[in-house]
Amino acid sequence: MKVPITVTVNGVRHSSEVEPRLLLVHYLRDVLELTGTHVGCETGLCGACTVHLDGEAVKSCLVLAAQANGCRVTTVEGLASDGELDEVQRGFWEEHGLQCGYCTPGMVMIAHDLLRRSPNPGDAEIQRALGGNLCRCTGYQTIVASVRNAARKMRAKKPVAAARRRR
Amino acid sequence: MPVARYTGRKVLRKEDPRLLTGKGQFVDDAHLPNTAHLALLRSPYAHAIIRKLDVSGARSLDGVLDVLTGPDIRGQVETIPSAAALPDLRIPDHHMLAIDRVRYSGEPVAAVVAENPYIARDALDRIEVDYVPLPAVVDPEKALEKSSPVIHDQWKDNVAGTMQLVSGDIEAAFRKADRIVKVRLVNQRVIPVPMEPRAVQASYQPGEKMLTVWSTTQIPHTLRSEIARLLKIPDNRIRVLAIDVGGGFGSKANVYPEEGLVPYLSMRLGRPVKWVETRRENMLCTIHGRDQINYIEMALTKDGRILGLKVRVVVDIGAYLAMLTALIPTLTAIMSPGCYRMLAYSFEMTEVFTNKMATAAYRGAGRPEATYLIERIMDVAAAELGIDPAEIRTRNFIPSSSFPYTTRTGLVYDSGNYQKALKKALDLAGYKQLRKKQAQMRKQGKVVGIGLSTYVEICAMGPARAFAAGGGWESATVRVEPSGKVTVLSGASPHGQGEETTFAQITADELSVPFDDVVVIHGDTVAVPHGIGTFGSRTTAVGGTAVYMSAQKIKNKMIEIGAHLLDINPKNVVWRDGKLASKTNPKKATTYQEIVRAAYSAKNLPPGMEPGLDVTSYFSPQNFTFPFGAHVCVVEIDTETGEVKIVKYVAVDDCGKVINPMMVEGQVHGGIAQGIGQALYEEAVYDEGGQLLTGELMDYVIPKASQLPVFTCDRTETPTSVNPLGVKGVGEAGTIGATPAVVNAVVDALAPYGVTNLDMPLKPEKIWRILREKTSHRGTETQKYRNKEIAKLGVFVA
Repeated sequence: MKVPITVTVNGVRHSSEVEPRLLLVHYLRDVLELTGTHVGCETGLCGACTVHLDGEAVKSCLVLAAQANGCRVTTVEGLASDGELDEVQRGFWEEHGLQCGYCTPGMVMIAHDLLRRSPNPGDAEIQRALGGNLCRCTGYQTIVASVRNAARKMRAKKPVAAARRRR
Repeated sequence: MPVARYTGRKVLRKEDPRLLTGKGQFVDDAHLPNTAHLALLRSPYAHAIIRKLDVSGARSLDGVLDVLTGPDIRGQVETIPSAAALPDLRIPDHHMLAIDRVRYSGEPVAAVVAENPYIARDALDRIEVDYVPLPAVVDPEKALEKSSPVIHDQWKDNVAGTMQLVSGDIEAAFRKADRIVKVRLVNQRVIPVPMEPRAVQASYQPGEKMLTVWSTTQIPHTLRSEIARLLKIPDNRIRVLAIDVGGGFGSKANVYPEEGLVPYLSMRLGRPVKWVETRRENMLCTIHGRDQINYIEMALTKDGRILGLKVRVVVDIGAYLAMLTALIPTLTAIMSPGCYRMLAYSFEMTEVFTNKMATAAYRGAGRPEATYLIERIMDVAAAELGIDPAEIRTRNFIPSSSFPYTTRTGLVYDSGNYQKALKKALDLAGYKQLRKKQAQMRKQGKVVGIGLSTYVEICAMGPARAFAAGGGWESATVRVEPSGKVTVLSGASPHGQGEETTFAQITADELSVPFDDVVVIHGDTVAVPHGIGTFGSRTTAVGGTAVYMSAQKIKNKMIEIGAHLLDINPKNVVWRDGKLASKTNPKKATTYQEIVRAAYSAKNLPPGMEPGLDVTSYFSPQNFTFPFGAHVCVVEIDTETGEVKIVKYVAVDDCGKVINPMMVEGQVHGGIAQGIGQALYEEAVYDEGGQLLTGELMDYVIPKASQLPVFTCDRTETPTSVNPLGVKGVGEAGTIGATPAVVNAVVDALAPYGVTNLDMPLKPEKIWRILREKTSHRGTETQKYRNKEIAKLGVFVA
C-alpha cells in the first residue's frame, strides 16, 4: 500500500506515492535525490538530518514522509541562491566551522532556526541551540564562532532589506 | 621563487563551499540506477555455535534478490586481512560471514540483498538461526587465566601476541632508586564515532570488466589491493572511490567484511549494490580504540629524577584482528618514555582475544595510551615526592640541546624544545597565580584542580623500514594543464583534514599561480598515483612533501623551457612579477603562459626534453617526525552532582612549520574534544555476556557543544629536517595531550580527599561517590567552614 503525498521542497512542489513507513530523510535523499541532508543515527540524536518543516527545524529521520504531506520543507540545498553562499554558510566558511562536512548541513539548518528566533545570541545560547546536533571534528568552538559570525552578517543585512521595503 | 603568498596564512578551505551547500559526494550520495541494497544479519550473541541457519524465509520474501551465508561463499572469497605486526602473532581466520561459530556480538552471519533497504531489513527478521551460546570472554585479565574459555580453538589460550622490550639495566636502575612509585591504569575502550557511518557501494561493468567501488575509506589503494585479493580479480580491474568521507579518526583505515561483500554481490547479481551502516552497527561493528590495562613502575631519585620505567600492558584486542589491531600497542611500547630522559626502560605486553569487536587505530592510536601512562605516573611521582608537577617534568626533559636524540626505545626524536612549550603554556594559563587561587578556593570549600601534560608523539608515518610490509611513502602528481591551470593528484586520502587547501597553498606558492587556479584531486584510484592514505598525522608531512617535490620539478622544467626560449642559461633567469626574466636584463623575459604553450606545442624545447608539464613524485621519509606540546587544564567539581567542569584549557602545540594556521588550530580543537571525551564521558561498556551496552548515541556520550570549554591555543615552532616543508603533523596532537591533562586536573582537585588515581571516564556518578565516601574527614572541615561563614552573617544555625 502506498500513500499519495504532495510536499513543497525548496519551493518546488513534488507529488509522490510513498510507503507509509518511508522516513522523510529517505524521501528527500532517495526519491528527490537531495543528498545534502545526511543520515547520522536514524534515532534523532545526532542532528545531521536537520531540515525545516513549515519553517521549524526538525530531524527528518524522526518524521515520516507521509507526515510532511502538504508541508513546506527547506533543505540545505534551498539556502544558497545563484551559487552565492547565504550568511550562515558564509559565516561557517570564514570561521572554519566545518572539517569533514558531514554534520554541516544540519548545523547550518539549526543555526538558521536559532537566528530566526534570536538574532543576537550569546555563546551559551548558541551552545544550547546546538544541543541536538553532534560534531566529532571541530570541538564546536569554531561552530559557535560561525553562528556568531552569521548573526552579525544577518543583522548587517537586515536594515538594508527593511529600508528597501520601506521605499 | 617569490615570497610565500599562501603558505603560513589563514586561507579559507576549498572543500567548504560544496560541503556547505549539500553538494559533497559522500558514498551514500551516489545514486546508480537499478541499485540493490544489502543488509546484514548479525549475531546477537558474543560467543556461540551456529547449529542451524535457515534463510528460506528471507529468500521467499517479495523483493529479496539474494541471501548468502558464510558456508555459501567459503572458498570463493579470501579472509579479511591483518598486518602481522608481532613476530608471534596468532592470526585467526576472519571470514566475511561467520562460519559455524560467532565470536562477538554483531558479527555478520548472513547477507540479504533486496530491491530496497527496507525490504532487506524486513528479510533479516525471517532468517532463523539456532545458536548454542558459549560462555563469553570479556575481561582480558581473566581471559589469560587457565580456567578461561578459549575463543579460537586452534590455540590453547587467548593470547594473540606478545612483545618485550628492554633497554638499559632496568634492575640496576630500580636498585638505585630512592623512591619507587607504582600505578595501575585502565585506558578504557572507546568508540571512534565519525558522524558518517561506513558505507560501501559497488558496480561492475562486464564489458570493460571493471569493478567500481565507492567506500568510506581512508586508504583507497590498500582497499583496492585487498579487494583484488579477497575476490581474486586483478587490481587494474578495480577502481576505488572515496571522495568525501565524513570523518574516520582511524576507524576507516581498515578493510571490513562489507568492503568485500558488496563488490562480490554486485558482480554476482550484475547490478549495483549498496550497503549503508546504521549507527547501531557503527558502534558495534566498526573498530574500537584503546582498551589497555597498564601496570607502571617508576624508579626515581629523591629530587625527582627518573632512573627507570617499567611498563606491563594487557591489551584487550577483541575477537579478530583488524588490519592494524596488533600494531597499535607497539606504538605505546616505543613512545611510553615520552619527553623524558631515563637510564633504563622495560616494556612487556600481551595482546588478548576477547569476545568483543576488534580494537585498532583510533585518533592517536597507541600514542595516547603511552602519553596517558607516562603523564599520569609523572603526577603520581610528583605527589609522592612533594614536587610541583611542572617542576618534576622540567627536571626530566630531554634538553633542547640534545636533538636529534636517540631514545631508550631506539627512536631518533628529530627536534624539540619541551621546556619552551611548557613554559609558554604555564605562562598563558597563569600557572603560579592559578596555584595561589586554588589554595584560596580550597579554603572556601571549592574542589578545584590543575592538570598538566607534556607530550611528544610519533607522526608522519613513516619510514618504510619501520613497517614489516614497508610502505610509508606518499605520492603526488602536479600537472600544469595547457590552459596554465594546475591540477594536483594526491595519493593520500584526506577525509575532513582539508588537504585540498593545504596542497593548493603549497602548489600555488611554488609555481607562483593563483590559489584558485589549483584543483586538488584525491580518493580516486584511476585518477591519482598509487598512494598509502591518510592516517597517523602523515598527510601534509609526507603527502604534502610529494606535492612540493612535484611542483618543484615542474618549476625547474618551466625555468629550463623559459631559458631556452630566451636563449640564456637557466642559471641566469629569475621569476619576477609572473615573468621569467634574465637576471641581468629584465626586459628579456617570457611569461608563464608562453612557457606552458611551448611545453605542449613541443616545437621549441631544449634538446632531449619531453613535452608536457606533468610530474609524479614519491616521497619516502627517512624518519618519523616527533611533534610535542604542553597542555594545561583547570577543573572545578560540583560537589553536589560530581560533575567536572573545565574552566580553563590551554594548549601549546609544536607541529613544526605551519601551512595553514586556521586548520592547524581546527585539528587541535577537534583532538582536544576527543581527548576530553575519553577523560570525562566516553566508554564502550560490555556486560558479562559480551553485550555492548553503549550501542547508541543515547548511551555512548560524545561531547556536545555545551560540554566543552573555550580552548586557548598557541604554538611554538620547531621545524624538522625530516622533510623539506619542515612540517611534523598535527591531526592527533590534541587527543594525545588532552586526556592526561584533564585526568591530572581531576586527581589534583580530589587530592585533599586522598585520591591519587582515578580511572576514566570521570563521570559525575564516579566523582560524586568519591566525594560522598570521603566526606567523613573532609565533610566536617567543610561543614565547620560553612558554619563559620554563616556565623559571620549573624544567622542562627540550629
